[in-house]
Formats: sequence, structure tokens, C-alpha cells
Amino acid sequence: MTAALQLKDVCKSFGPANVIEGVSLEVKRGERHAIIGPNGAGKSTLFNLISGLFPSTSGQILLSGRQICGLKPFEINRLGLSRSFQVSNIFANMSVRENVRCAVLWSLGYGHSFWRNIGNLKEVQRKTAEVLDKVGLSDKADVPAVLLTYADQRTLEIAITIAGGADVILLDEPTAGMSHSETNRAIELIEMASEGKTLLIVEHDMGVVFGLSDRISVLVYGEIIATGTPEEIRGDARVREAYLGDEADFAEVTA
Amino acid sequence: MTDYSVDLVPDLAPSSQYKFATRVLPLLLMALLLLVIPLLEPSRTSLSLLNAVGINIVFALSYNMLLGQAGMLSFGHAVYFGFGGYAAMHAMNWIETASYDGGVWAAFPVFALPLVGFAGGAAAGAVIGWPSCRRAGVPFAMISLGLAELIAAAGLMFVGLFGGEEGITGDRMNGVEAFGLSLGPIGEVYWFIAFWAFAGTALMYAFTRTPLGKLAQAVRDNPERVQFVGYNPNKVRYLVFIAAGGFAGLAGGMSAVNYEIFTPESLSVIPSGLVLLMAYIGGARYFAGPILGAIMLTYMQSNFSDYSEAWLLYLGLLFIGMIMFAPRGLAGLLLSAVSGIQHSLTVKSLLRWGAYCTAGLLVVVGGVTLIELAVRRSNGFGEVFEPFGLHLSPEQVLPWMYGGVLLAAGVGLLTALHKVGEGESK
Amino acid sequence: METVVFALLNGLIYGLLLFMLSSGLTLIFSMMGVLNMAHASFYMLGAYFAFTLGQSTGFWFALFLAPICVGAVGACVERWGLRRIHAGGHVGELLFTFGLAYVIEELVKIIWGKFAVAYEVPAELNFSLFELYGAQYPAYRMFMLLVSITMLAGLWYLLKRTRIGLIIQASLTHPHMVSHLGHNVPRIFMLVFAAGCALAGLSGVIGGNYLVTEPSMAFSIGPIVFVVVVVGGMGSLAGAFVASLLIGFLQTFAISIDANFAEIFSFAGLNPEGDLGRITISSLAPMLPFMLLVLMLMLRPRGLMGEREF
Repeated sequence: MTAALQLKDVCKSFGPANVIEGVSLEVKRGERHAIIGPNGAGKSTLFNLISGLFPSTSGQILLSGRQICGLKPFEINRLGLSRSFQVSNIFANMSVRENVRCAVLWSLGYGHSFWRNIGNLKEVQRKTAEVLDKVGLSDKADVPAVLLTYADQRTLEIAITIAGGADVILLDEPTAGMSHSETNRAIELIEMASEGKTLLIVEHDMGVVFGLSDRISVLVYGEIIATGTPEEIRGDARVREAYLGDEADFAEVTA
Repeated sequence: MTDYSVDLVPDLAPSSQYKFATRVLPLLLMALLLLVIPLLEPSRTSLSLLNAVGINIVFALSYNMLLGQAGMLSFGHAVYFGFGGYAAMHAMNWIETASYDGGVWAAFPVFALPLVGFAGGAAAGAVIGWPSCRRAGVPFAMISLGLAELIAAAGLMFVGLFGGEEGITGDRMNGVEAFGLSLGPIGEVYWFIAFWAFAGTALMYAFTRTPLGKLAQAVRDNPERVQFVGYNPNKVRYLVFIAAGGFAGLAGGMSAVNYEIFTPESLSVIPSGLVLLMAYIGGARYFAGPILGAIMLTYMQSNFSDYSEAWLLYLGLLFIGMIMFAPRGLAGLLLSAVSGIQHSLTVKSLLRWGAYCTAGLLVVVGGVTLIELAVRRSNGFGEVFEPFGLHLSPEQVLPWMYGGVLLAAGVGLLTALHKVGEGESK
Repeated sequence: METVVFALLNGLIYGLLLFMLSSGLTLIFSMMGVLNMAHASFYMLGAYFAFTLGQSTGFWFALFLAPICVGAVGACVERWGLRRIHAGGHVGELLFTFGLAYVIEELVKIIWGKFAVAYEVPAELNFSLFELYGAQYPAYRMFMLLVSITMLAGLWYLLKRTRIGLIIQASLTHPHMVSHLGHNVPRIFMLVFAAGCALAGLSGVIGGNYLVTEPSMAFSIGPIVFVVVVVGGMGSLAGAFVASLLIGFLQTFAISIDANFAEIFSFAGLNPEGDLGRITISSLAPMLPFMLLVLMLMLRPRGLMGEREF
């Protein structure tokens, strides 16, 4: 079986700065894979390379065995890869329902249609309602996105990401800036959203990472220094050293 | 996976009454208004003004497909109005020729010429939009300006196509009559304009409800994110650009039939600027905003330009004032007034409204006095400004002081009110 | 040969004039993100101020005073206008300056009249400097060249050798950085806007009597300046310089070529009749910048030297 997502020796440099140096990574189908690493390790850059926002300098990225390097973000999205953003990236002046509706249109084959009334498209309405129900935003469907609370905006961010029904989902720090109870709620949401899908997640909250993922990769200064199950990573001396430079702390946060 | 069948999921769509009240009713009211106007037996002058308003409503709405809906700021929208108008003008002449010599065009009613205009505008949009829609934001605005200059200059060179400085003339009373309208008298032209103004408005409203229309709004809000829901923002912009060009062309076709003349001036940056002002002053955030703007500016253009030479200055000042103090336009002002009346109608709020209105009035009266005096002094014909039976001579000091004092009082009051408002909100 | 030499000289002068305008525009755009649609209106104000001041103080004082006055007007516009709407985003600012261009033109019409004013080359410079191929070359053009080059050197010195220049350079490549430097950003914005306007004013002072000083002068040169900025690459001073000279040469050469398309067509064996054949190359001159713009967009959308995508 081909991997859902495979990176082969991917490099990225901005001018003289090598941000990603030869990352190879294999995410199996149906797996929940987390990427952790200290600030500035290049996690977000890696996401931007995979999703097509930046072109990679060298290397290959394969989505279900298909080369996606050099494709535009929307082309990659159409092949079944969807991502969220670290900073809420939503359609601020539109209502929650309209936000999700825009995200389901392409997958239902409505393309650039301008001869249909969007209100009469039953599948679109049903899919939108389904996604909103799933993430629990149904009661806020008509609120303009800009007026949502921070946690709700993060939820909407995930809703937009999963609405198109992509098989591979990339979540960039979905719980950043959330309180404890909000984080617990977000974990449930992520588990539900990634059911039957492949998930690649960047996260700082070790509780989330170790509770959620099947496998973890550790990215330090643009290189992956270890990949393995949560147990293996927890016990990896190099990770402990590189990650925090303080073994005791790492053991504590990952416990 | 849970099976979500239709009945398990709450229906989030608004109720049908709500839909009717917000979507169908306004259009019905517009149709009713258009039908009632002729019963009031308007004069020829009012009719020609109404016809101009109808054309500008469609033109301003088409502009707002770009500005308000897709967030594209264009300084060259009159190009598509012009191309549509010229297409309709040529077709009108072909109809005339065909009515003597026969041919395909003999069967084409003049009434349907706006459709030719639509095709012309959309075709121009498809060609010109190709290079310009590759960029968004400020570069797009600059490119639209450059292209408008280029095409306006080309308009004067290609005499066969654009008729040189005199433009192209035609005769609308030819060919097949539709709905029994000869289109000769201005009263019949009114029906023609009313029909197309309504059709254009309804179609453009419908456009906002289509998947492409919604995507256009998404592109306006966040082009980056649109890429990650499977759409190419440039392509969405390009398609909206073509549609907007088409509707501008429709307005051009209406104008061709109404005036029976089209000159290269109508392609230039001046009407492009005017339509931008209509959409913005009316309120680009709202669908109906440009309609308000078109009505107001067309009225001002036809009336104020008789009274005052400085009407362009007033227009510019109004525009700047709206940008600074009411960026949501006339529509936004109306809506906040309505919600103010509904929610917080207290003596205090009434007093504040009254104070704001007084201050605004003082500024306007003072400003107008000064500007009118200045215009008369600058002309040097010894004219006197005589509003409401007053006799204000620009050669005396006192009238200038009146204007200055009124203006200063208004500005002072506004500043004071602003400070009070800030103090309360803290 | 003489056509070429004259066209080269005139093209250089016109190009430098364009650069004086576009450099101010680029500075303002790079630092503030505002594309000043009224930039050419400040150029017009420069010419009119110089005309009025020149009547009482003479040309030489006006040469210094007028740009300062224009800069002061610019500072007021920034302080009382742009700053208030800055939070609302760039479209509002763009529209504001667009409206301002209208207002300034109408005000100029009221104050100085609807027709061209007699703003003339100062008598001290109204002589022919040298004779070239039997034609006189006016001294004033050499003076324009001198002023432009002085301005260019001054700008270069300011950017490369002074502290404020370092900040400006930093902001050209990293627009968000200025606010992190701990400077009083609104004040810097006001000064930059005023300086950009003063540059436009200076070009008005020396260009107004070379070309013509009339209320429509802003709207006739404004779009060309925008073309320069887009073709050069938005935010790039070097790009603006190259594009200014390119357009300067292009236009002056086109004007000096006395041929029409019919001649070219018949030379190429095509049918010289029709509208296209009647067009002379010199009548195309005003359109050339815009053609260049379209060409540039097709081939290289970010402009000659643009590094940032906007």
C-alpha cells in the first residue's frame, strides 16, 4: 500500500537560510501523525511546502503516490489534501454557514457555477449542515465569522478544513491559545474529524500530541531527528536532549 | 462513520418567509415603483433624468460586482460600458440597414440591444481581464487605470470603430417593435429602460446567490484561504470580471438606445471614476448601496451642474467625507439610523442626532458659501452669490466672514460632539 | 543622427522628471503601503505655487519655497486625512487619495482659473546654451538636468549614508520592520509623505514651465507615473529609475519619428489603407507607456526589478 503522504529529501531555503534540510517522512493511510519540535524548527514551513503555498527548493512530495511538487495549492486541495492555519484564516465578513458552504462547493462538483441558486442545492445544504453539526457550530450558523469567540473561530477553521472531505488533513496548531477545557473539546473534535482519514498535525501541547497520535516525528532545525510511536519518542534520548535540552522537563510534559 | 441523513441534521436555511421578505419583496417593490412612476405623469425632464438613473443603476451595480463583491478596485470600468454601448450602437445601425436591404438583423428588435451590449462588454472583459486579473489589490487597480487610458486613447484613433471625436449616431426607431413600443417618444423609452434596469438588477442579485457569487465574496474576504478550499482565486476574479463587464455592457446598450449616440469619451477614465463614486458613496458593502449612489449622483449631476460650477468639487468633498466618516456609505447610514430608531430611541439619543445634524448643516452651509464666493471671485465677472434672496458679493469681506464663521462653528461642534462621544464610550 | 541626439537628451530630461515623481511615489508606497493617487496633483501644486511665489520672490526662491509648501500640504493631508483612515485598510487610503486628486484639481481651477497660467522659464535661463547640428538647445533644459541629477545624488546620499536612509531601506525590503524599531511611526509616516510630496512639488516647479501649467496637468501625467511604478516593480527605487528613463526615451523617440503605419505596411508589402494605416508613430507616443504596461504584465508580472509580490 502506498503511503498517504510521502516526503523524500525535501529542502527549502529562503535566500541563504536553509529552513528545511532534507526531510523524509512517510505518513501511512489512516494514521494520526504529529510533528513536534521547538520554535523555529520549520514545522509551519513544512506545512506550507506540503500544501503548496511555497515551492520546495528540492526533493519530492507524494500524495498517495502522486507527485504534488510544483502544483498550486488549489490543485493539491482538489487531489484530497486539506489544511488549517495557525492563525485563524476564515472568511471574516461571511456567516459561519457561508464559510462552510464555500468549503464544500468544490468537492460536490459545483465548480464556478453561476447558473444555480446556492440555496436550492440540496447536497450543499445537507453537507454544510452536517459539518456544522459535527463540529457543534449549528447554533451559531448565522453569526458573522468575525464575531465568533476565539475558540469558535478555531473550530470554524477546522470545519472549513474538513468540509471538502479531503482524505489527508493537515492541522497547524489547532489548540494554540486555547484554555484547558477548550483544548479538551478541541481534541474530541480532532479525533472525530480525522476518523477514517489521514491526519498530520503540528502541535505544541504535548498532552494533545501524546494523547492523539499514532506516530510522532521530531523536527529540529529543519531536520527530522526521530520518528516513532509515542512510547519510542518519550524514551528517545536524542529527542530529550534536542527538544528541550533538559531531560527532566521533557519527561514531565510528556508524562 | 455516523450516517447523517437529511432529517437528522437541523435545517439551517432561513425560513421561507424570511427569504421572501429579504430577497423577493425588495425586487417586487422595485418593479411596483417602476410601474407606478408613469402614472404620476412625470415631465419630459424628469423622464430623461429617470432614464439616466436607470442606466446608472445597472452600471453602478455592475461596478459593485467587482468592488463590493470580489474586492477588486477598478479605475477603468467605463471601458466595458463603452464596448457594450458601441456594440449596441453598431447593431442599431445594422438593424437600420437591414430594414431596407433585409438580412439577419432585420428580425432583431432594438428593444433587445442591451443583450448585444452585454455580449460586447463581456467579450471585452474576457480579453482585457486575462492580463489584468493575474494581479489583485493595488496592482490590479493600477493596471485597470493604465488599460483604461490606453483604450480611451485608442478610441480616438480607430475612427471606423469608434467614430472619432463625434462618435457614432443611430436611430432607435427601426426594425421589429417589441411589446408594441416604437421607442420614439421618451415615455416609451422609459419602459425600455425600466425593463432592463429591473432585469439587470434582478440578475445581478441572483448572481450574488450562486456558487460563483459566494466564492467571489470569499475571495474578497480571504483570497489565501480560497486556495485551500479548492479554488483558484485568480480564476474566480476573472469570471466575476467578465460578468461585471457584461452587465456594464448591458448598461452601455441601454445608454446607446436612450441617447442614440456614443462617443469615445464614454470609455475614458472620467465615467470610470464617476461609477466608482456612485458605488462607494451609495455603500459598496450592500447590494442596494450602488442603487442609492446612482440615484443620488445622477440627480446631483443633472441638477447641481446647472446651479454651480463647483459641483465636481462638492462631489470630491462628499466622497472624501464618506471615506472618512461613513465608509459604509449611504446604505450604511440609513441602516444605522433605522436600527437607532428601533433600539435606542431616547431623548438623549435624539438630542445627539439633532446636534450632529446641526453641526453637519453648519459645515455644509459654511463650506458652500465659501466655495461659491470663491468661484464667483475667480470668474471675475462681478457675479453675486444669491442664495434664498440673500445678496452675498465676493468683493466684500462680510460674506466671507459669514461662511468662515459658520464653517468654524460646525467643525467646532463636530469636534466637541466627537470628544463627548469618546468620553462616554470610555 | 541629430534626431537621435536630441531625442536622447530630451528623453533623459523627461525620464528624470518622471523619476523625480515616481521616486516620491515609491517611497510613500514602500513605507506606508499607500499608493498615492493624488501624487501628480502635488506635482501640479508645485508648479502653481512656483508660479505664484515666483511673482513676488522670483524663480530662485520659489525653487526652494514651493516644494517646501507642497511638502507642508502633504503633511497636513497625512495628519488630518490619511492617518484617520489608516486602520480601515489600503483600499480606503487609495480611494481617499483618488478623491483628493479630484478636489485638488477643482480647487486649482477656482484659485488659478480654468486655463493655463503664464508660468515661464526664468529670464536668466532663457537663452540657448549651445548649438547642435544647426539647432539651438535651450539652457533651461540643461538646468532641469542639473536639478534632477542633484536630486538623484541627494536621494542616493540620504539612502546610503544617513541613519534615516537605513530605516527607509529596511522598510523597502521589510515593510513591517519599521514599527519594531521603536520609532514614532506616525511621525515617520508624516515626514515620508511630506518628503514624497515635496519631491513631486520640485518636479512641478521645474516641469511646469518646461511643459505647461494647467489644471489638467495632473491627470495627464499621473497615469504615466503609475505605469512607471508598476513597470519598474512596485516598491523598487532602482526599478522606478530604469522604468522612468525607459519611458522617457520611448516617448520622446516616438514623437520624433515621422512615419505612419501605412509607410511601414507598404514597406512590408501589406495593405496600407484603413484606420491602422493612418496612425502615425508620433501619435502613438502617449499610448506607449500603457502598451509597455500590458506587455510587462504578460511577460513579467512583478515588474523589472520588483522583488515583493503585492
